[in-house]
Amino acid sequence: MSNMKNSARTLKEAKEPLFHLVKRQQISTGKAWAIRIGTIIFSILFISVLTSIVFRESPFEVIKYMFEGAFGTNLRVNVFFRDMSILLIIALAVTPAFKMKFWNIGAEGQVLISAYLTIVCMYYLGGKVSNGALIVISLLAALVGGMAWAVIPAIFKALWNTNETLFTLMMNYIALQIVLFSIKVWMPAGSGQLAPLPYGNLPHIGGGDYVTSIIVAIIITLFLFVYMRFSKHGYEVAVVGESQNTARYIGINVPKIIVRTLALSGAICGVAGFLIAAGIDHTVSIDTVGGRGFTAVLVSWLGQFNPLAMTVMSFVVILLTIGTTNVMVNSGVANDFFAEVSTGVAFLIIIICEFFIRYNIKFRKRVENDHPAVPDNQQQAELQEGGTAHIEDENEIGSEEVE
Amino acid sequence: MEKTVAIELKGITKVFGDVIANKNVDLELYRGEILSVLGENGSGKTTLMNMIAGIYFPDEGQIFVDGKEVVIKSPKDAFAHKIGMIHQHFKLVDVFTAADNIILGEKCPKFDVKQEAERIRAEHEAENKAFEEYKPEEHTGVLSYMKAPKFHKPSETKRKIAALPFVKLGRAMKFNWLARHRADEVQKIANKFGFQIDLKKKIYDMSVSEKQTVEIIKVLYRGADILILDEPTAVLTPQEIDKLFEVLRNMKAHGKSIIIITHKLNEVMEISDRVAVLRKGEHIATVNTSETNEQELTEMMVGKKVSLNIDRTEPHDAKDRLVVSGLTALNEEGVKVLDDVSFEARSGEILGIAGIAGSGQRQLLEAIAGLYKVKSGEITYNDPNNEDKPVDLRSKTPLQIRNLGVRLSFVPEDRLGMGLVGNMDLVDNMMLRSYRKGFMFLDRKSPKKLAETIVEELEVVTPSTHTAVRKLSGGNVQKVLVGREISSAPTVLMAAYPVRGLDINSSYTIYNLLNEQKEKGVAVIFVGEDLDVLIELCDRIMVICAGKVTGVVDGRTANKNDIGLLMMGKSSEENEAADNETQAIKEDGIDE
Repeated sequence: MSNMKNSARTLKEAKEPLFHLVKRQQISTGKAWAIRIGTIIFSILFISVLTSIVFRESPFEVIKYMFEGAFGTNLRVNVFFRDMSILLIIALAVTPAFKMKFWNIGAEGQVLISAYLTIVCMYYLGGKVSNGALIVISLLAALVGGMAWAVIPAIFKALWNTNETLFTLMMNYIALQIVLFSIKVWMPAGSGQLAPLPYGNLPHIGGGDYVTSIIVAIIITLFLFVYMRFSKHGYEVAVVGESQNTARYIGINVPKIIVRTLALSGAICGVAGFLIAAGIDHTVSIDTVGGRGFTAVLVSWLGQFNPLAMTVMSFVVILLTIGTTNVMVNSGVANDFFAEVSTGVAFLIIIICEFFIRYNIKFRKRVENDHPAVPDNQQQAELQEGGTAHIEDENEIGSEEVE
Repeated sequence: MEKTVAIELKGITKVFGDVIANKNVDLELYRGEILSVLGENGSGKTTLMNMIAGIYFPDEGQIFVDGKEVVIKSPKDAFAHKIGMIHQHFKLVDVFTAADNIILGEKCPKFDVKQEAERIRAEHEAENKAFEEYKPEEHTGVLSYMKAPKFHKPSETKRKIAALPFVKLGRAMKFNWLARHRADEVQKIANKFGFQIDLKKKIYDMSVSEKQTVEIIKVLYRGADILILDEPTAVLTPQEIDKLFEVLRNMKAHGKSIIIITHKLNEVMEISDRVAVLRKGEHIATVNTSETNEQELTEMMVGKKVSLNIDRTEPHDAKDRLVVSGLTALNEEGVKVLDDVSFEARSGEILGIAGIAGSGQRQLLEAIAGLYKVKSGEITYNDPNNEDKPVDLRSKTPLQIRNLGVRLSFVPEDRLGMGLVGNMDLVDNMMLRSYRKGFMFLDRKSPKKLAETIVEELEVVTPSTHTAVRKLSGGNVQKVLVGREISSAPTVLMAAYPVRGLDINSSYTIYNLLNEQKEKGVAVIFVGEDLDVLIELCDRIMVICAGKVTGVVDGRTANKNDIGLLMMGKSSEENEAADNETQAIKEDGIDE
């Protein structure tokens, strides 16, 4: 068939770039997760070495402090799981929207407004109705608040295609200003902080405030897992996310799905806000959510929108935040700047690893083979079938990187 | 005539990941010839040409231009070797004129300030000398003062020299672009090769064929001797193709070498001197066009004997299944994309729709499917399960249409963007049509069964039914989509460009499927681009141009030229006039 001219085969080493980026055809889920877990361990080691260099401690000491900070005492374990479950709930909340490619970064505001509404109910109804009734009323208020903050941008997106990222971001600021304003009204003078309210607090199950959060987190995780994977709603969300044209083509009412999904998203944020206000803080301030709405985005992405994987990721994220803070405390540093820097570095490493899961770096082969690895005809025919798709993938490299 | 080699490829191999796009390809192109590169989709034609044009770099092998080995790392290198490629998708700036597009990106000639200063000094000195020697009384003409040499003061010379760096800067920033005569050079080239084009026209006012002409002139303007055209005829009408071929022959006569990538056999036979056939990335053979025929070329291309006949049965018991009347629709800018379209699709018959790409075919099918907003007009479906009772489909959503019991299947043009979800597997894609059944939770069992049936019956090549459809090749993606649409036992089947990008075997599978549906009494609407296929497959062919129906012809008696003229919006009377005109032009040519 082909007249082999081996003499004409020459490798052009010097003229070609040193390496190519090739999109991976297929990577098994197991292998991908092995890379991710490996990267997480590496990132912990990396920041401990980094910290040890800066503070002249041994890296093992640093790792010890890190875990002591997270699990050193009963109280710390309590706080750890409480924070982890709240973060997980918020991450779960943003996931359906992300699956739909609705880039909702307004979880911060959605949680804050529902925490705020919970406190509003406690502030004005506290002592006037029974504790049980107050809990129900404030939960409803929290759900409505969270949903409203998510559904308003969704309606604008669905009807007029406004940019949801900017819209939800602005909604965060609105929530923030409402809280600031109310605190000024409630506390015209003094510290400018609302003291914890004694009414309508969630009962402590099992002696700690973390148990309720953990139970709720488990329920929502399982619910969302089933919802996304086995329900018609979840399927519709996936179709709308992948291609709105296809959704229209098969008769899905796209605006309806967008609004419905964001209502769910907002409601779960509402639950998180309620747990924070009624279960943990019993008060509200502009730091009530403290950036967890944004960290949740990270958790959701790193967990590949899989609720079960997100559990692991929220564990890692909380371990890093609490752990590095404890390292700072033990190193006698009064502020947490370096804690934040090292957490950021660790996150960055974890995010970069996603790139290597998607792309393979191929270095130029230095061996001058007589024949390249050419499969026999049968195999080649099969390969050729997938040919066009693959070449397109190659071209996508630029656009994929943006993600 | 002695043939000299313009380009020679030796042992070119290019691998993308695991896929071998080109394997050990040897190819020669002579001066002053037209070489066709023939091959099915995915056979590596474009990849090979991209390596000559500097888009890709070969993994292995050598390229020789005029007998010397060269390294082509970028399109710039290719131009340095006088190689130019006209891509399938044009790369033009819409708001610029043709001429500006052509000179865009041109390097400004070297501008040496010192040399230029010398030149000005010498020029001024010469003129001053002439001024001194000039005797006005010897020149007595009325306008003689205009011709009289002028005296340049030393300060003027100094000023001009001092300004030179700024002139250089201006040139570098292409202020010379504003020169009024900038298009003259381009016009010369256009005249030389016989292009008919208005260079002052803006690109957005141009037809596809005109844009292509601009691309070709652009390449010639940069001095290319070797031109590569990637599927140049795919978007043209028969008349435009003739015009293009005329120009190509003209260029050949001027000694240019031309490579034309195509998979249309009749064009290969018409235009080229030699044909190089590629199959699955390998070079099968290069033959002289005069010594081969279409059947032989097809066999080389496909690798086995194929019959290229589509059997067309007489439609029986044809009833109006879908009646469209006076359909008008506007696009987002308020321009009519469908203008008073009326036709009927009959059961047991294939209705072809022909037209230049973007004449409203997509909007027409989407309007019927309930996906495009209609301004006025009627769409009526005669329900065969209900004694042909008419059902109004106008301004209904796809869901409402389905709930009315109308079994309308639609294979859209954009397979992965509309018909399927690329990232989902076969089973989930089957489910698109059926997921609504049942309560709350999804039933994946019957879609899985359907997927398995389709894979088996239509011979879809896929690792499993749980592979994302995006990873399948074009032909297999289309089989999955058509298979799903047929599985719902439709009474109307609409297919937009169902064989675009498919290899010959897959194309014939699709034609057979459409024919089977026709036999079953389905009203099939087939939007196609290959007129030969439309004429062979369809019972009737409706031609649209700019959203208007310009004619409906019988597939059994239609001829390609008539359809071509209808595609450009000329009625049959105008055709005759046009024919006469061409005749006159030809005669004029002879007179000269």
